[in-house]
Amino acid sequence: MAEIENDSLPILPPAELEEVELYHATNFWTKYVFSQDAKIIAIQYSGVAIAVGLVALVLSSLIRLQLGFPEMFDFITPETYYQFVTMHGMIMVVYLLTALFLGGFGNYLIPLMIGARDMAFPYVNMLSFWIYFLAVLVLVASFFVPGGPTGAGWTLYPPQAILSGTPGGQGLGIILMLLSLALFIIGFTMGGLNYVVTVLQMRTRGMTMMRLPLTVWGIFTATVLALLAFPALLVATVMMLFDRLLETSFFMPSLVEFGDHLSYGGGSPILFQHLFWFFGHPEVYIVALPAFGIVSDLISTHARKNIFGYRMMVWAIVGIGALSFIVWAHHMYVSGMHPYFGFFFATTTLIIAVPTALKVYNWILTLWNGNIHLTTPMLFSLGFIVTFLNGGLTGLFLGNVIVDIPLSDTMFVVAHFHMVMGVAPILVIFGAIYHWYPKVAGRMLDERLGQIHFWVTFVGSYLIFFPMHYIGLVGVPRRYPELGDAAFIPDSVATLNSFISLAAFTVGIAQILFLYNLFRSLRKGQPSGHNPWRATTLEWQTAQTPPGHGNFGPELPLVYRWPYDYSVPGASEDFLAQNDPAQIAKGGSA
Amino acid sequence: MKTALALVVLVIGSVVFHLLSPWWWTPIATNWVFMDNMISLTFWITGFVYVVILLFVAYCVYKFRYREGRVAAYEPENNKLETWLTVLTSLGVAALLAPGLVVWFQFVTVPEDATEVEVVGQQWSWSFRLPGADGKLGTADNRLISDDNILGINPEDPYGQDDIVIDGDDLHLAVGQPVKMLLRSVDVLHNFYVPEFRAKMDMVPGMITYYWMEPTRVGTYDVLCAELCGTGHAYMRGTVLIDSDEDYALWISEQTTFAEMSTYQKIELTNLGDP
Repeated sequence: MAEIENDSLPILPPAELEEVELYHATNFWTKYVFSQDAKIIAIQYSGVAIAVGLVALVLSSLIRLQLGFPEMFDFITPETYYQFVTMHGMIMVVYLLTALFLGGFGNYLIPLMIGARDMAFPYVNMLSFWIYFLAVLVLVASFFVPGGPTGAGWTLYPPQAILSGTPGGQGLGIILMLLSLALFIIGFTMGGLNYVVTVLQMRTRGMTMMRLPLTVWGIFTATVLALLAFPALLVATVMMLFDRLLETSFFMPSLVEFGDHLSYGGGSPILFQHLFWFFGHPEVYIVALPAFGIVSDLISTHARKNIFGYRMMVWAIVGIGALSFIVWAHHMYVSGMHPYFGFFFATTTLIIAVPTALKVYNWILTLWNGNIHLTTPMLFSLGFIVTFLNGGLTGLFLGNVIVDIPLSDTMFVVAHFHMVMGVAPILVIFGAIYHWYPKVAGRMLDERLGQIHFWVTFVGSYLIFFPMHYIGLVGVPRRYPELGDAAFIPDSVATLNSFISLAAFTVGIAQILFLYNLFRSLRKGQPSGHNPWRATTLEWQTAQTPPGHGNFGPELPLVYRWPYDYSVPGASEDFLAQNDPAQIAKGGSA
Repeated sequence: MKTALALVVLVIGSVVFHLLSPWWWTPIATNWVFMDNMISLTFWITGFVYVVILLFVAYCVYKFRYREGRVAAYEPENNKLETWLTVLTSLGVAALLAPGLVVWFQFVTVPEDATEVEVVGQQWSWSFRLPGADGKLGTADNRLISDDNILGINPEDPYGQDDIVIDGDDLHLAVGQPVKMLLRSVDVLHNFYVPEFRAKMDMVPGMITYYWMEPTRVGTYDVLCAELCGTGHAYMRGTVLIDSDEDYALWISEQTTFAEMSTYQKIELTNLGDP
């Protein structure tokens, strides 16, 4: 064990910190609608993200309706099927997961966890939310325009994305999608700069970088990734808009569409794929890193044990973030890019497995010798470990270029990415909501409903995606509304597909339980008190619950220790809050 | 207890499902049996890790579950353990990567004696072109495509005249003869996908992509499109046959060349022109 010493930062009285000038809301509109309080903005972000996420959930049920019971529903045609698939994917990845982790959890937790009164730029923060909201409106509007939304797949690969053989390609669908993405990126950039500056500049006295909770490290690093990755997507959307509206040829070579020679020429479809995945791969980690951070804190708190290997965890987050920028072309092994790229990208991709594996080890070593409370947040964390491990290991199939060749574009890929960046992060989101809801609402969520919600969601999701890998092994391609006649597909695949669909409907319906719990507990939940989980981090040490405007009382908290002083030998309780000045021989590490 | 048990059941269930699954890859029809072997190797290594880690989690959840009076240990770091885990993981990853890259090198190195076969995709059908007697495909370009010249073959290129054009019919390949599949698209991205071949590659308008293989098993195989290409994507089907040498020789003798097709069309046009 490393020698941990009580570090001796000079403790300065808070009076030396300049008080932050806060914007004070005067009426309902400035307080709850055009609010500049990060906590309100967080709830706005989360509300919109969850609402649009419910749309994506309905779409996924429609997809499973078709896959499980093909030819039974006349309203699902290939056109509508591709529209469902496209909108489901885009909403989940960008408008739900990215927005909820960074806009939702980021806004709520960053200022509270680092001991700040608010974000660095509250006005820009407000603007960020409203531009995000506008982006969502534009996206949803595409359901109602003639021709409907785009059905180009969430990857929006040209040339098909802007041609007539694809739903919405020659209508408004693709235009609205591209506009909405551009708006999202603009809105996100405002929020993102804010989160980064806040973490770097607004930490309270004593809160060194190496005393930040891993939640903040995860969100902070993910935000840096997003600020570097999203511009690539912005460029791609603008160029594709030009190709579509002005007939430029950034991504369009000379081609013949149903016998007609189009006026395009000289562009490169593969250029788009590089730009898309230069964004798209870091995007996986934009979703995963906040989940990594949050789950670390959930496990530590509910196992009453310090996170194992904190410094390793921090460096793993930073290292994974950096590596995520040089692995993007593993999404393009069969794209027709130069075959020698395969050597480079397979190597970098498999290297990224090492820090990722270390994180998994450290989570389970945190459980070792702990005092594990099987609360709902802990259950969701365990569910995350299972699904993330599963999805991470199948990543070793797809990252290894030669193994990817037979598996790419099959249902194996669909099963893999749903497990690793769908189910796993969403289980963390649920765990996090059960964990922090008491701080936001002042009341506990119902524990019994929470446990039922967990078991149905976790077991159901596993039953959806684990068998799906094997459909892919058979060779069944993805993005097929029906399989048709193919000698290599046995009839039993259809049976398995029906089973998967039934599991999916069950999981979908179980979410009603969660929503019910969410609304019911606002009024009827058990009052939580300030710190129901007996946690160490600053958000639980506020004078008010929910925290008032300005987060903390008249004085900002002073930080004396790292965030993981659980079960410190010699301490009177099994946790020492970060702002607890107690001098204990072993505590106060890092 | 209940939670730990559930985890154990999940692990056992997953392993049993894997072992009993009737859903497995189709019998291979090319030389890329290495790919199947690599998948098997990856299953063994990752499966082992999966089972060990989850059983360990189940054990922790059981052994260290909350009890009144239990105090968790305080152990922030353990450099020795962390180093060991890093080294072991790196070794496991290297064991997967190294053979993978060796096979990849074979995959991207086309043997000299491979004959060329062109596959052309368009919304939503397949066409094929074989090099003919001279063994060389003529150049082609999407800009040359017309009703008379559906693949855009360059009429000025002497190599193209004897090319065999197969439109709306099945492709035949000779067993045991390595082929370099040259892939071309007329309109959007497609992907020439025959599950039994294992190999697949996108077809990109404006460029020629390729892969190579050696057919090893006589039979009839479905061709599917594996890259989303619009509403007809799932219905873009074709058939490829791997023939014995005799069958292949017979089949190829019945095909028409580009030059012959052009001549027929000229004759037809002339006939139409006569009053």
